[in-house]
Amino acid sequence: MTGVWLAHRILVAFFLAWIVATIVFLALHMVPGDPAELLLSTGGVSPDPAAVAELREKLGLDQPVLLQYGGFLAGLMRGDFGNSLVDDYPVLHEIGLRLPRTLELILAGTLLAIAIGMPAGVYAALHRGGRFDRAASWITALLLAIPVFVVGTLLVLLFAQTLKIMPAGGFVPLTQDPAQHFKLLALPAVAIAKGLAAVLFRMTRAAMLDALANDYVRTARAKGLAPTRVLVVHVLRNALNPVVTVLGLQMGALLGGTVLVEYVFNWPGLSTPLLRAVEARDYPMVVGIVLTISVLFLLINLVVELLHAALDPRIGAR
Amino acid sequence: MKRLWLPGGFVALILLLALAAPLLGLPDPLRQDIAHRLAGPMPGSWLGRDEFGRDVLSRLIWGARTSLAVAFASALTAGAVGVVLGLIGGWGRGIGSVLSVRSVDIILCFPPVLLALLVVTLMGPGAATLIFVLSVLYLPGFARVTQAEVLSVRGRDYVEATRALGARTWYLLLRTVLPNIAGPILVQLSLAVAAAVVLESGLSFLGLGVVPPAPSWGLMIRGARATMEQAPLLLVWPCAALTLTILAMNLLCDALRDVVDPRTAGR
Repeated sequence: MTGVWLAHRILVAFFLAWIVATIVFLALHMVPGDPAELLLSTGGVSPDPAAVAELREKLGLDQPVLLQYGGFLAGLMRGDFGNSLVDDYPVLHEIGLRLPRTLELILAGTLLAIAIGMPAGVYAALHRGGRFDRAASWITALLLAIPVFVVGTLLVLLFAQTLKIMPAGGFVPLTQDPAQHFKLLALPAVAIAKGLAAVLFRMTRAAMLDALANDYVRTARAKGLAPTRVLVVHVLRNALNPVVTVLGLQMGALLGGTVLVEYVFNWPGLSTPLLRAVEARDYPMVVGIVLTISVLFLLINLVVELLHAALDPRIGAR
Repeated sequence: MKRLWLPGGFVALILLLALAAPLLGLPDPLRQDIAHRLAGPMPGSWLGRDEFGRDVLSRLIWGARTSLAVAFASALTAGAVGVVLGLIGGWGRGIGSVLSVRSVDIILCFPPVLLALLVVTLMGPGAATLIFVLSVLYLPGFARVTQAEVLSVRGRDYVEATRALGARTWYLLLRTVLPNIAGPILVQLSLAVAAAVVLESGLSFLGLGVVPPAPSWGLMIRGARATMEQAPLLLVWPCAALTLTILAMNLLCDALRDVVDPRTAGR
């Protein structure tokens, strides 16, 4: 991994973050009509002109657009997302409080998906056409078809409502009661993991089959290497690359799925304030959270790219 | 070809049901009947009634109509605009044509649900917002596929021959190039419809998609969650309808892809 390549990737990530912020800014200004008026009007009743003027001033909408844009970017640099229109609380405070919980859920779901999807994919590829392979291909098709909020709702119906062995949802801080914390984490993590596990299974299986067909695998076997060594060093190492790519591509869907899963299980992550803000048209809060998650998405993709380069030295050297 | 029949037939059946919903003599999906709130199956309502006493079967079928209308409208819009951008990007040379495809790639920087929520904040919930945001989300896919396909056929002899005959560029693109790259675009269209059904139901489930009381599968699941204890079946029907529809659509996409590109078959 050369320094130039690394610097280039990081610069690209910064550039994309800037573009994302710009688009979010433009989105507000491209909406026909005055945002302040739009925010205040409810059910077709036109709002009080004085209130509109006040909100315009508060949001800085009375300034020229370019100046607003500059102020917006400068605020982001300082980590200032503005204050919520509903309770006038700093948006960043709410995000700082809730982001760790969302990250925990994403991490748990991703690890679970990797732990299930990849070994299952390896096993299915090694026993291609076998009973496990055929059963797993049907299960993956079903898992990919069932929307994440349906899985979540059905998990609640089955484990909390009918069997009564799991809590229906909620959150307890880790420091307060670790056992209960992980119990509450389990079902949401499974719901988040289901789609990713299915995709990872398919990709691992396909990449393994591709890698297994290579001449160097035959050579490695012919020269008498132990089957496990052939599998780990020659096949898996090469099969891992496409799998990592897919992992990165799936993160967007996963982050969106997290919003739905948090809602289903009352997990107090970023989705609660986000949904509340969307309903209340609390513009700074929505912008703050959408930007946070989008930048998180870019960061994850940067990490995936670095991982990629670490796995395949040819990439970083280019 | 055999794999096309079963999922294709199922998707066709759902489409037919959705299209024929007004002709089926179903009870009004919006009529409330509080006396029969959460009632089980009874004559005239095979699947029972929901939390407002509305007929569940009728809401399922009318809900399919809503979901599919939104999904097809957005996929077709995305397809029309995306294909034009892709044609420009694949055929033209110079910075403009590069930008036509690259600029829509920016949409891919956002996780889809988040972009949708941003747009709902600005435009308010409703079917029109859904169609707009879903067509924006699926635009890059169409632009990319079309561009890649145009690049692969632009040097072919039949394209060269048509050009030598003096055909105008747009005539050439629409009558010669487009029919030859229609397969992959059709696959992309089926993928977009399936993805749009998923996203529409998710947003409706959050209460930010289709506006109540209009029937939608996502809204039905949202409503049935509150009465899960008394009437678990109410939750199961829309979940099953949604999952089976998406499963059939996904299988149809896979089968279509195999027909269009036989190399991927048997993988």
